[in-house]
Amino acid sequence: MNIFVMLKQVPDTETKIKVTADKSNIEKNDIKWIINPYDEFAIEEALKTKERLKEGTVTAVTVGPDRTVEALRTAVAMGADNAIHVKTDDVVDTFQVAKALSEVLKKESAQIVFTGKQAIDDDQAATFGFVSELVDWPSASVIVKVEIAPDKKSLKAERDVEGGTRHIIEMPIPCVLAVDKGINTPRYASLPGIMKAKKKEIKVYSFADLGVTGGPTVKESDYQLPPERSAGKKITGDAATQVKELVRMLREEAKVI
Amino acid sequence: MIEFSLSDEQKALKEMVRRFVEKEVIPNAARFDESGEFPKEIINHAWELGIMNTAIPQKFGGLGLGVLDEVIINEELGAGCLGITTSIMVNNLALYPILLGGTDEQIKDLVLPFLESPKLAAFCLSEPGSGSDAGSLSTHAEDKGDHYVLNGSKMWISNGGVADLFTVFATADKSLKTKGILCLAVDAKSPGIHLGKPENKMGQRSSDTRSITFEGVKVPKKNLIAKPGEGFRLALKTLDHTRTPTASAAVGGARAAMNHSIKYAKERKQFNQAIASFQAIQFMLADMATKVESGRLLCYQAAWNLDNGNHDIARYYSALAKRLSADMAMEVATDAVQIFGGYGYTKEYPVEKIMRDVKLMQIYEGTSQVQRVVIARYLLQD
Repeated sequence: MNIFVMLKQVPDTETKIKVTADKSNIEKNDIKWIINPYDEFAIEEALKTKERLKEGTVTAVTVGPDRTVEALRTAVAMGADNAIHVKTDDVVDTFQVAKALSEVLKKESAQIVFTGKQAIDDDQAATFGFVSELVDWPSASVIVKVEIAPDKKSLKAERDVEGGTRHIIEMPIPCVLAVDKGINTPRYASLPGIMKAKKKEIKVYSFADLGVTGGPTVKESDYQLPPERSAGKKITGDAATQVKELVRMLREEAKVI
Repeated sequence: MIEFSLSDEQKALKEMVRRFVEKEVIPNAARFDESGEFPKEIINHAWELGIMNTAIPQKFGGLGLGVLDEVIINEELGAGCLGITTSIMVNNLALYPILLGGTDEQIKDLVLPFLESPKLAAFCLSEPGSGSDAGSLSTHAEDKGDHYVLNGSKMWISNGGVADLFTVFATADKSLKTKGILCLAVDAKSPGIHLGKPENKMGQRSSDTRSITFEGVKVPKKNLIAKPGEGFRLALKTLDHTRTPTASAAVGGARAAMNHSIKYAKERKQFNQAIASFQAIQFMLADMATKVESGRLLCYQAAWNLDNGNHDIARYYSALAKRLSADMAMEVATDAVQIFGGYGYTKEYPVEKIMRDVKLMQIYEGTSQVQRVVIARYLLQD
């Protein structure tokens, strides 16, 4: 089974975000980069799938500048067999990324493709859908369980739906699965894994190699930081006055009761 | 030229250990400290990740990592829990004599099983009457032709109650002093080995420390790692290698105490302001940082010398690193408790545990006074 994981490198959750002077993006210097946490679940599920099938290879793929190779090496250190870097230093939009990824998946004859249900930086949750459309394979998102059929021609994927029920989808392979947290506990990169990852040759494609032409169709122009929270209000007076005032504020200002 | 940056693999290693410590060690450290229970599951997990027994050479199937890698691992572990760190790093301490003094056959026979399953080893040098004066040990090994017979008691043996293998330093003839000392690898299941009760320690309570008595224990000659007269040198050479990673664990403990202090000083308000706004606190924090950074630098320098085969100078630098790191960690932890005030003196906050734990860094693997002796010997040599 040719198992693929599409992953994205994102700023660490504790990063203090600054907007660039022209507001077109965030400042990317001095950021600590991590693998998108949802994609870590995808890596783990890909490795688990290979272990359950007792055969196959796991290939991690990402799109971005040279720094994103670090994310690929982490995936290899966790246990992925191969890594593919689609190298670009340009500002690209989701469609270009999805186009590049879909070309890689076709070229490399991917079968089961895992990814996180969304990236925690822009939260668009769009790539997996674009990719599945471009390769013309079925897809499903918010997956919390995957079971491959014994003939390995189809699989059952479970997704959580509102109200604690599970939605079970059966789909043919090849397909694209966007996983949710809770599907597994991602393993740590082991020390022998880190040593192996260091020596791993990473295959590199450019957009030109993959026939991705033209620039972004979506342009980001006005990033803004969320407004600062206003200071809290302090209610004074004796207990009875305070309660009265609190109830009035909850009713008239917050409109929650 | 001087180079201070870590390689990409070392950065990945540091990151991996840090995550392991944040998720597995820190949330459990206080519980094991309180109960004194041995954290076997955490140790097994550390073994799975490959951060134990890192010095086994690649030609035997190990990772063959250097001392600098151990230093990186131990700083991260030490920042989580020094007791758990001790249990993990004692394997290197106990296996180094075999790696440094053993034949290929002995390494395969005795050390390689440690790569196959999460086994533990213990280094047996100290005795009830022989601590800093290690050369005065009196556990006796009698040559019986094809085997030795061991009699005597060892003291303060880390991992003593949980080890599968002991590396034991004993004397063939006490009148020969250090020239009589040999080293034997002893299967912990050998008949005649009696384990003492676990010591009820001030700190590092999750590490298993106890006395071990050998009563007519037969050890086959094939387990002789250093002949009489070579054992003492092997013990010192082992300590040259392990002293620096041990020092680095102290740096980790100090770093944790400092980080707790910084966070607390920003949160704690007195006189209507965060105590971090007072210069008295700022100076303590600044001194902590100076100490932690200088400890780390000496650890890196000692490790660099060891990894580059500069053995004579490595002994000197590893003593400097251990002396500075252990002493400064005690100072930093004491100041951390001071910054926390009354809260710091309670078990509700993490700094009192660090203070209790780091105290041992000034005592084991050569006291701070013994480190000074080693340093002075280097300075005064002709």
